[in-house]
Amino acid sequence: MMHSDPPFDTRAHYMALMARKRLYGGIVLAIFVALMVSGFMLTDDRNAGGFWDGLPQIFDFPAAVLADTIPKLDRLPGHFLRYFPSLMETINIAAVSTLLGAGLAMLLSLLSTRGLARWPRLIPLFRRIMDIMRAIPEIVVALVLIFVLGGGPVPAMIAIAFHTAGALGKLFSEVNENADLKPVEGLQSVGGTWFQRMWMGVVPQVSPNYFSYALLRFEINIRASAILGFVGAGGIGYDLRNAMAWGQGRFDEAAAIFILLFLTIVVFDQLSSHVRNAMIAKKGSH
Amino acid sequence: MADAALYASADRLFARKKLFAFGLPVLVLVYLGYIVFAFDIPGLAERARMDNARTLLADVWSYKTHVTQDNRTDEVVVAIEGERRGTYAPGAEPDWVSVDPAGTAVDLGDGHALRFLPGGGFAYDVPGFGLIEARIEGRAVVSNLGDEALPEWISASRTRFQVETSHGRVSLTRNRTELFRYFPGWELFFFTLDSPYHGHGLFEIAFGERIDPARANLAGAWHDFWHNAMWRHSDVAWALFETILMAFLGTFGAAIVALPLAFLSAKNFAPLMAVRFAMRRVFDFLRGVDGLIWTIVLSRAFGPGPMTGALAILLTDTGSFGKLFSEALENVDGKQIEGVASTGARPVLRYRFGVIPQIIPVLISQVLYFFESNTRSATIIGAITGGGIGLLLTQAMITQKDWEEVSYYIVLIVLMVMAMDSLSGWLRRKLIRGT
Repeated sequence: MMHSDPPFDTRAHYMALMARKRLYGGIVLAIFVALMVSGFMLTDDRNAGGFWDGLPQIFDFPAAVLADTIPKLDRLPGHFLRYFPSLMETINIAAVSTLLGAGLAMLLSLLSTRGLARWPRLIPLFRRIMDIMRAIPEIVVALVLIFVLGGGPVPAMIAIAFHTAGALGKLFSEVNENADLKPVEGLQSVGGTWFQRMWMGVVPQVSPNYFSYALLRFEINIRASAILGFVGAGGIGYDLRNAMAWGQGRFDEAAAIFILLFLTIVVFDQLSSHVRNAMIAKKGSH
Repeated sequence: MADAALYASADRLFARKKLFAFGLPVLVLVYLGYIVFAFDIPGLAERARMDNARTLLADVWSYKTHVTQDNRTDEVVVAIEGERRGTYAPGAEPDWVSVDPAGTAVDLGDGHALRFLPGGGFAYDVPGFGLIEARIEGRAVVSNLGDEALPEWISASRTRFQVETSHGRVSLTRNRTELFRYFPGWELFFFTLDSPYHGHGLFEIAFGERIDPARANLAGAWHDFWHNAMWRHSDVAWALFETILMAFLGTFGAAIVALPLAFLSAKNFAPLMAVRFAMRRVFDFLRGVDGLIWTIVLSRAFGPGPMTGALAILLTDTGSFGKLFSEALENVDGKQIEGVASTGARPVLRYRFGVIPQIIPVLISQVLYFFESNTRSATIIGAITGGGIGLLLTQAMITQKDWEEVSYYIVLIVLMVMAMDSLSGWLRRKLIRGT
């Protein structure tokens, strides 16, 4: 019976399949559009000022900043100099927290990679630890630490390092999984301790990838440390909040900070992508 | 000779590696040493408020019940955390407090017994130490311990006398005598004291007799739980939803805006170099002006709220997506487009069937990845613009006493982020395999 089906049935079947696929696609699209629209209306409703009311005013603040800055352009270099130390603090927070976080991530990732772990049974534990560290937003740790340690760069540093350890740990352990185990076995055969096996057998293989991920993270951490400054953890973000509080007529300082922050982010963005590209090119040439 | 040159080059290589192996750690150490002084870490010990840390930790896992006697009226009030909503009605005090006009007696357990004295004062029988009696005489606070060296858990001055033991803390000032007793757990998490369901178990509510004659048990209990005035569960749930909504609108809005713009900045689709160059600079600008700055600028125009946060995410991510999408577009295989073109398809159809199917996996996985990480950012941005769980978190932190609420929010945030993480991972697998 089956064999006597007319051949054009294939085509009908294909068309039916396509129609169903299109229908599913259409339903998903409709749900997505409905979610976007209703979400938009909901947030519009909850916002202090509505979207359509605010849209014409969107350039008011930039215009006010420009109006305050242009007559005082000659003061800008002075402002740059004045806020440079806090910019350095922001960058330092990012750098130290990337260093510390990467160090911790290295340890955690080695402890949670199959085949390399010191205690294979504890792999799930270390993975969960990294998941939780990654899930906690920096601001949570920072605000709690500000309460205990007082304002300043240290709470921000710890908070960002904490999150970085979780985020990098996951990426590092993916890198570790591709590491060649032969050097590790070689070191084991001559009686190397776990630490020696990792330090001399694994780390040299994976360090270029570690470095490139850490560099990417450094860039993200500069942004994070600026934001944490805004909630009271020191650095340029804190100055920005104060400068904003001066209000209309004195926005030139805020403008100086905007420019500094913008330039910093762009410079480090370019720098890190440059270094990473150079590393990839170097690796390719070998 | 050749050997010598080889040895020399090997030595040089080793020397360089040695320099690197030792130089890099030294460099890092020097930098960290500089940071120790730049961040004034030696001064941290004296700036740190260890008492704050203690209150925080104690508050996270325990709560205190205040038993307060007004020394003028001798009136005793028992209230959880001293809050109005946690105040026990007169006559309904917990059984370890027996209110008595001649002197309220409190049993702190393990032989620790305390009696409030009318007119101000208390008598506290501390096992292994003896009876401590303190009272108001005239304008001063006096005790039976005299001026001899007091143990460090007792502090005495002319205006205040305080005893702190493992079972509670009692203090006497001219206006009042106050006892704090600590219990583990989060107080009144399900029902406040004014709810008829307080003190009843889940089983009793679900299957027992009707507790409030006016309402069915489950409906009433749900209402009282959901509108719990101390923990505000409905507001918290709404705030979590708002945070996710901010991330959702921002991320997907950015993807919708960025996709057409990415075509304009991809080498193989944009005919004009000037347009391409301009688009790329726009993307760089959007990314370079950090989310923080966008948040500030936008909150000036739109006021505080979730819309501002969503737009800030949208603007920043448009930059990132534009860059990523245009890179993906530059890597598409031209043959498929040619194939579609050979059927006589119009340009729109060529893009729809030749290009989009190729970049959809990259697109979806990037967007979902950003969605997940933006849930975290939305918490932070919410703290600045005033929307979602970030706002609740900062508000609870500013009061500096509701640490149990802070820890509740932190737990919820972590669960939310982890849930979004697995949701986006699941969707990614599902959608990419599906197409």
